[in-house]
Amino acid sequence: MAGGIKKFVVGCFEDEAVLFPAVKNVRRAGYKIHDVYTPFPVHGLDHAMGLRETSLHTAGFIYGITGTTTALTCISWIFTKDWPLNIGGKPHFALPAWIPITFELTVLFAAVGMVLTFCYLCQLSPFVKKHHFHPRATDDLFVMAIECTEKTNEAEVTAFLEKAGAIEINTQNAETGWWIGRYDKVQKLYAETEKGY
Amino acid sequence: MSKSFELPENYNKWTKGLIGAGLIALLYGFIAFHPFEHAGHGENVNSTRFWAVLLQNSVFFLLITNASMFFIGVTTLAMGGWQVALKRVPEAISSVVPVLGIITLVILLSIVWGGRTDIFHWIDPELYNPASPKFDKILNGKKGFLNPVFFTVWSILTVFLWWFIGQKMRSFSLQSDANGPMDYETGKKWINKNILWASLFIVFFGLSVGSTIPWLWIMSIDAHWYSTMFSWYTFASSFVAGMSLIAIYIVFLKNKGQLEYVTDEHLHDIGKFMFAFSVFWTYLWFSQYMLIWYANIPEETGYFKIRLTGPFSGIFFLNLVINFLSPLLIFMKKSAKRNWTLVTIMAVLIIFGHWIDFWQMVMPGTVANHAALMPFEFGIAALFVGIIMWRVGVFLSSHPMTAKNHPFLKESIIHHT
Repeated sequence: MAGGIKKFVVGCFEDEAVLFPAVKNVRRAGYKIHDVYTPFPVHGLDHAMGLRETSLHTAGFIYGITGTTTALTCISWIFTKDWPLNIGGKPHFALPAWIPITFELTVLFAAVGMVLTFCYLCQLSPFVKKHHFHPRATDDLFVMAIECTEKTNEAEVTAFLEKAGAIEINTQNAETGWWIGRYDKVQKLYAETEKGY
Repeated sequence: MSKSFELPENYNKWTKGLIGAGLIALLYGFIAFHPFEHAGHGENVNSTRFWAVLLQNSVFFLLITNASMFFIGVTTLAMGGWQVALKRVPEAISSVVPVLGIITLVILLSIVWGGRTDIFHWIDPELYNPASPKFDKILNGKKGFLNPVFFTVWSILTVFLWWFIGQKMRSFSLQSDANGPMDYETGKKWINKNILWASLFIVFFGLSVGSTIPWLWIMSIDAHWYSTMFSWYTFASSFVAGMSLIAIYIVFLKNKGQLEYVTDEHLHDIGKFMFAFSVFWTYLWFSQYMLIWYANIPEETGYFKIRLTGPFSGIFFLNLVINFLSPLLIFMKKSAKRNWTLVTIMAVLIIFGHWIDFWQMVMPGTVANHAALMPFEFGIAALFVGIIMWRVGVFLSSHPMTAKNHPFLKESIIHHT
């Protein structure tokens, strides 16, 4: 568990067309956006939020060439040094025959490596829990969490979000990191304020 | 954007220069290579070289211009919206098909009916005469497909249908300019009409470029050999070069202040096509090679033996470096596909690479050890490039650059990858 408990003003938007200018205005006003949670991937939102380009593809490339080298060194060692076999009269170092396996291992390493890296970056794992700012963020609501620093005036942020078109605004004290355990003990917010969640 | 685009002075100069250089090369070929002297295989090499070079260039450039119409066809069928802002470019390039088609037909039919057995071994009638010592059992078995009459009829029909359906598709697009904005019902009808003709084109494209045409025009040079992958391989080669040609024209027009709605995003998608189909080409190249290498059957390996050993081996591997390694490594990054200079360089490199690819498909089976990459070869290529530039220029300068009434235009303007 990392991060500690922080205070957030959470604004919920119904439409990405409202969300985009809101993100822009919130950033321009100098508020610190903790994150924006959307029900589906929204093109260009990372750019609007000013997030840096992900390095996931660089990692993928490195995993890929690792797969290529693993396959080539492994197969060439087996077939030329460890256990040379005469297969159809082909040379022991039969590169064309190895290309499919090399390709498969490249793809496998890149795919599995990238999935695991992605999970690590997003702190996703079985049994690991993270605070949900709004349960409808996985359904039909765009949820923007603004972190309150000591300089932030809560009422002002709330008014600002209201003007920006948020349909629902609340303040939450939330754990920013992950924990292993259960939601019901930590996350009381929706149980109290909204029936049905 | 209603006023038409005026071609820059330099463009016209280059067009004339390339066509001029090409005509000089052609004239030189007529005088120096005695193209009308009859010759068997390997007897009058210069005359063989003349026809082989013409065959390679005409088929290559015809296929890459026709790939533009294939691009329009597939994006139409996929209900694509992103390409609308740049749709006039492939339309302009595909308008070269009738001109190059007729040139190609003239060359092919001269080879077939001129009895040039040095190019197409299978046209020798003696091969099918059981009494003759030249009787060829294998080619006799292929007689139903590989005969001059079918070759002629099918080639003419193919070029005609490419032209005819392509012309239809272009005319729908141009009509939409004149007819003004479309409401929902009209737009729907118009899209459906496009889809109908695009699907006719794609089906026929599958029957021609996807299968029979490369068999007839190129693979029949090595008439005993066959590969069921050959047509796909040729298609991939021509499609990736065709996308590169589209990319070059987009960069050129954007530099001249045209194509107002085309942005980095569109170029990125074109770059993705160039990248992806380079890899697809390699996949087919390798699949064809590996199966033959593994099975090791003499009548199949002959095709690669002549390419891997002797004078062609350098070109054979250069082909892989230019068409696979360089796009793979240079084009892998997102920023590379959004860099207009780099895309231009890669597009030229890929077109050259696939021209080389076609060169090594045609030359070993025709001129063999006497193959050359001399001014004559490049001169003939310049002739075809010049013709493409001329016809594309005519189309671009006489029609609006943006299909402004296309129902999906907005989708293209806000396109974001």
